Order: sequence, then C-alpha cells, then structure tokens
Amino acid sequence: MKRYLGIAALVFAAACAPSQGPQGGTNSRLADAREAAQRSYVEPGKLDEFYLFYSGGHSGQVYVAGVPSMRHIATIPVFAPYPATGYGFDAESKAMLGGYTWGDVHHPAISKTGGDYDGRWLFVNDNANNRLARVDLRDFKTHQILGPIANSSGNHGSAFVTENSEYALVASRFSIPIPRGTYAPTSRYATDYKGILSGIKIDSATGEMSVAWQIVTPPFDWDLAATGREISRDWVVWSSYNSERATGRLEVTASQRDRDYITFVNWRTAAGAAAAGKGKMIGGVRVLNPREVPGMMYLVPLAKSPHGADFSPDGRYVVGGGKLAPYVTVFDFQKFLSAIAAHDTTGSEDGIPVLRFESIRIAEVPVGLGPLHTQFDDQGYAYTSLFVESAIAKWKLGPFDGNDSALVVAKIPVHFAVGHLVAAHGDTRHPVGRYLISMNKLSKGRHLNVGPSQPESSELIDITGDGMTMLYEAYTEPEPHFAQLVRADLLHPIEVYPKAENKNPNAIWAASDAKITRRPGIVEAKIYTIRSYFTPNEIEVQQGDSVILYVTNAEQERDMLHGFGIAGYNINVVMDPGETKTIAFRATKPGVYPFYCTNFCSAMHQEMQGYFLVKPRAGVPVAASPAGGN
Amino acid sequence: MKLVAWLSQVLSSRARVAVLGAGVLLLLAPFFPLWKITMFASQFPEGLRLSVYAHQLVGGNGGADLQGINILNHYIGMREIHAADFVEMKFIPFVLGIFLLLGLRTAVFARVGNVVDLVVLFAYFSAFSLGAFAYRMYSYGHQLSADAPIKVAAFTPPIFGHQRIANFDVYSYPGVGSLLLGLFVLGLLTVLYFEIRRFRRQTT
Repeated sequence: MKRYLGIAALVFAAACAPSQGPQGGTNSRLADAREAAQRSYVEPGKLDEFYLFYSGGHSGQVYVAGVPSMRHIATIPVFAPYPATGYGFDAESKAMLGGYTWGDVHHPAISKTGGDYDGRWLFVNDNANNRLARVDLRDFKTHQILGPIANSSGNHGSAFVTENSEYALVASRFSIPIPRGTYAPTSRYATDYKGILSGIKIDSATGEMSVAWQIVTPPFDWDLAATGREISRDWVVWSSYNSERATGRLEVTASQRDRDYITFVNWRTAAGAAAAGKGKMIGGVRVLNPREVPGMMYLVPLAKSPHGADFSPDGRYVVGGGKLAPYVTVFDFQKFLSAIAAHDTTGSEDGIPVLRFESIRIAEVPVGLGPLHTQFDDQGYAYTSLFVESAIAKWKLGPFDGNDSALVVAKIPVHFAVGHLVAAHGDTRHPVGRYLISMNKLSKGRHLNVGPSQPESSELIDITGDGMTMLYEAYTEPEPHFAQLVRADLLHPIEVYPKAENKNPNAIWAASDAKITRRPGIVEAKIYTIRSYFTPNEIEVQQGDSVILYVTNAEQERDMLHGFGIAGYNINVVMDPGETKTIAFRATKPGVYPFYCTNFCSAMHQEMQGYFLVKPRAGVPVAASPAGGN
Repeated sequence: MKLVAWLSQVLSSRARVAVLGAGVLLLLAPFFPLWKITMFASQFPEGLRLSVYAHQLVGGNGGADLQGINILNHYIGMREIHAADFVEMKFIPFVLGIFLLLGLRTAVFARVGNVVDLVVLFAYFSAFSLGAFAYRMYSYGHQLSADAPIKVAAFTPPIFGHQRIANFDVYSYPGVGSLLLGLFVLGLLTVLYFEIRRFRRQTT
C-alpha cells in the first residue's frame, strides 16, 4: 500500500511539474519541419561540426557519428573482435583483448587539459570485465586495455578524467570479497564484500594507464561519477545505491532507506597517502582504508538510489539525479568544504564521515520524474534526463534562493525512456551549447519494423535560446549510454600511417623484401601487400607448423586499405596504409586454403589472392575447431 | 666588321650587374621544380602530383604521390618512374653550374660575345633537356609491358598542357624553376638589346 502511495505521489508531482516549468508551449514543440531539416542537414561532401563518440554498451565498441547530421561514420572496436577492421584477429589486438570477446562500454571520457577536452585520447570503461581502454584520437584506434583491474568488480562509475587528465577514476558497482578469487557467502555481504574506488594514473605524454591506488569502501554499489574543476579540482564524486548493504532482490532490498549516498573523494589526498606508503597491498595494488586516511573521503546523503552525479562547469555545484524522486538535489561545494571544516557530521559508515545533508544541499529542483543525468550549456542552463517521464528538463543553474521550482524553464518529450544525455562539451569547464542528444533506451516501434529486437534511438535537440527544439532522430548502434560531443576542429587525426613511423622490425616496403623463413616447426613470412597483389602469393607449410605472418600494407594513399583473410582458418586482418599486422596460428588442418584481400581496394581487388598450402604430416591430429587450433 | 666590333664591345657596368643578376636566377632555379605534372580523377579530387626538379623527382603529399602514380601505372604495364633512371638529373645540376661559371666569366671579362655564347649554349642546353624530357614521356607511354593487366594503346603523356588519360585529367606545365631559367635567358637578351642600342649610338 505504501508503495502505491509513493507512485501516486510521483504521478502527482509529474502532473504539477509542467505548470511550474515550461513557459508557454512553444519550447517543447517539434520545430517547423523545414526549419528543423535545414538545421540538421549536412550536404553530401560537407562536414559535420561535431564528433559524437557514443558508447556501444554490451556491443563492447565505441561508435562515431557526426552532429548535427547524426550520421554514423565509424565504429571503433574496443572490447570485442570486429572483423570489419580485423580487430581481435591479429596478435597485437588479440593480446590486448586478453581472451575476452565482449565488454560493456558505458562512459567515454575525452582527455582534458584545464577542464576542457584536449582531443588527445578517449578513455572508456568495461563494466563487465573491469577494464579500461584508451583510444588514441590521432588514429581512432584502441591502443591499450588495462585490466581486469584488481579487486574491483563491475567497472561502472568509470571512466572520469580529472581536470588535467592526471587520473581516470573508476569505481566498482558490484562488491565482491577481495582480492578477486576470494570466497565468502553472500550472508557475509555487509562485512566481507568490498567496494573499490581506483585511481588510474595517466601518463601525460603517452596516455599509458596504470593502476596507482585503490580505496576500499563499504559494499555500496558505486554508480556514476564526475570530476571537479577549479575550486573542486582535487575531488571526484560518485553516487551509490544499496547503502542497505543488501543482497538478493535488490530492487526491493536496496530500496529500503530513504537516502543513499554520494561520496566526495579527494583524489590528490589519496595519491599522497599511497605515495606515503599508507594502506596495504591487496591483489598487487596499494589499497587505502578511509579510516586511516582522514580527509580523503566523505559521504553525503542523497535521495534514495540516486544515479547521476554531475559537477557544474565551474566546479561549484554537484547535481544529483534522484532517479526515484521527482527532483534533482543541488549541493554547494563551498558548503561541503565548510561542513568538513565544522565537522558537521551525522554519523559514519565504516569510519567514513557522513556529512549533514541539510548543510550542503542548497536546492531541490523539481525537474520531473526519474531524473538521471545532467549536462550543461554555455548559457547557464542545466539539462536533466527524465527516464520515467521520457523527457528532458531545461533549468537554470541558480540563483538558488529557495524558489527552486521557478528554475525549470522548459521540458521536451523524448522517445522513449531517456538514459544519458550529452551536450556539446557538456561535462567540461566551458560547455559549447547548441546541441543536446537524448539517448533513449526504448524506441517502441517509431522506426520501420525490424522484428522483436528493437533498436535504441537518439534524438538531436537544438538548445539555443530559452527553449529546446527537436531536430532529428537516429537509431544509434546498441546500446548507447554516455557519449562525448566534441567540436570537430579539436581533433586532427592522421589519414595514413607514415612509413617513417612504422617501427615494426618485420615491416617491408618492397616486394623484393618479402620473405619466407623456415625453422623446425615454425614458418615466418613477411608479406607485402599493395594494389593489387600479395608477395608472396603462395605460402607452404607443414601440418602442425606454427605460422607467423607479418603483413604490411605498403600503400601511403588515404583510404587504400588491404585485408588478409584465410578461408577456412578463421583469420581476417585489415591493414591501414603504412600498417603492419602480425598473425600467429597453428596450421593444424591439411589441405589448400585460399587467402585473399578482404577489404575492397581497387579494380583488380578480386585478383588479389593466393594460396596457403598445408602439407599433411603423419601424427598431427586434425583440429575440430574451425580456427584450426588458432 | 661591325658585328665583330659589337661582339668585342665591353659591357656597360649596368650590363655586368644585369648578367650577375641573371646568374642569381640560375642559382635559384634548382630549388624549384622545373616541371609539374598533376593528375585528377573523381576519386582523387586533391590530385596526384609529381614535381620534376633539376636533380630529383618529388611526389606530392609528402612523397606518397610518386608511389601512387607508379601503382596506377603498373596496371597498364608502365615502368616505375624512379629518379635514379633519369640520367638528366645527374648532369643538369652540373651543367647549370657550368652556366653559372660562364656567367661569372662574362661579368668579369665583359664582352658582348661572351653573352652571345651564353645565350646560344643555354638555348641548346634547354632544347636538349626539353627534348630528353619529351622522349622520356614518350618512352614511358610506349614501352608498356606486354603482360600488363590492362592493355592500352601506346601514348605520350602530355609534355605541355592537358590530356585525358582513362579516368584521369593530366596537366603538365613548367614550374617556377623553368620560369627562373627563362628569366635568366630573358635577362641576357635584354642585356644584348641594350648593348646593340649603345653600339648604334656610339657608331653613328
């Protein structure tokens, strides 16, 4: 009965919200179709103004689209093999994937300098297997996968980079007994299971990531994070659910308390404590206990099971999405610092001080039902996604003078059930405004019917002026969570790998350098590829041999890619111009297997082929798997 | 007799300076392409470029275009274009040096006859080089491999101007280097023109 009353209250709040919010009805209406079309239309051959990097969820990949056209331009394979670019088939990317064939990408983060995107790298998390990857925006390729991160499980609150990309900060959503591999029954969840917050150091020159330190926490489910700027530059916040430390059916067991927590962590203090040798080594990582490092971590109550936690551009305010409440809570970072100084606490959790909610909260803005995430523009507005209401609310980031309901200025319905939203540079020191994209979890038949597996939709909204205008709708690859919307002029990717930069000792640049080397049981071949042939075009081995192929694309012309696929051996790599890839496998299946260029290159592409010949040898078993013992 | 007298006339000091100035153009010429060949096709909107210098061949796009042109040419069985095959590129810088020395000699000994020698020799050198260049183009287009994947009729790529070859629009024009060499000759001819006028004034 109580729950029904609760829902009734939510519905009532929603019914009230419009009368408090949008001024007039024009804001949320679909713009004049012709005008909207013109504003999102990008002529063939013309370039978009923004790159949209959106996470592909459990597809494990990152997708790149242009905005405002919303055209999908490229897929960046990260955590899953992707035959289209040969990712996960060559020795280098296979080693990076470490045997995993999927990941769950949620929160891409472009590296920052001075709190603004610097366009160097894109960091993305894998919620499933506790990894973090770095995509270099010079070539739009995955260059490092870190992890599985020790002790941590469910790498959801991740990756969020600090003001100058000193760290990528990540947190565990699923607590486990640590180190990973330790057994404890769930009946001991409250005491033996641990949450983990990790500081991942980013090398400022190379972007190389390494696990620097961790903080052990109560087994709350850490959810989403944001990093501070300026006054709050040393801090990171994470929201959490399950302060009940419950197991079982969490939708019920973790929804019993009226408030969960948002945590404020001083990453600089943590780094200092780790450097000073505090904490202890667990799973190969220095793990700090908040009890032993005062001033490092605080808890602040936040409306039940919150989701998003977002810093305002100037770092002064933190907006918490209530998820089950019809409002967002705004915390004042100044007041947070004052509360620390005044020891204004109401208790503690495993030695972590809980600060007085009322002392830090300065507003509860009634944005609508199911507020999740908040983004910002350059005009002093905030935008909050409303999952339950299927809408986005536009509201003024102050003045916070008690008249909270007057802050909401517009609302626009989206289709349907928006999760994350992203505005241009919407999580930086200097947001750009102009466009907002609503990434919706459900599309419910708004598209040509493609059967029961329905796509996710993303909607482009113009946010200039006081209102919001729906411009366009696209079906983004599954499943977008967070994204980064970045000005195109900030990135300067290369178009070919310059020959001079290829340091692979097995790279070759002339057909005459192609070579097959035989040692007992091992055949190595340096293969030259260029329009439209392979040298050598016949590779003969003995059954059971280990085969290592170094394939170089000797082209230096843009868009002149060559593939190398071996039919029947489950092998396909693609080399960009100037790139060398290594393929290593065992030739377990005897017979003759054609290889060919898989990536269409030229008028004689069909002729670009050869034979991989495996001479039978007695005593070598024929592999049952299609990969032939790959 | 008049001609001999004119030829042995000592150059005016202004003319000596002009000859030296022309020599500077000669010195600069090797730093600029003598000839530029550019190819456009629908999938090559930015063009493939080849610059012919006195001593080297330079592909556009950081050198990549030379490889690009060779890759395309191999389909019709054309030999690869390599700087090493151009003997001209070994002797042209050397010859330009000789002309520079001759120019200096002219400025010092300063007889009209020296200037005439310089012009005549340079005209011969230019004609020979252009002829050699034309013959190279002819050879590349006529000595096509018999087993080429794509058989085309023998052709001569454009020496000067535009020509359509398959899907490519090919443009071939002199570059800044040739312009400087032209100005060098023009400078010498101007000197001769003023020396004729001076000669006439003095003999009448």
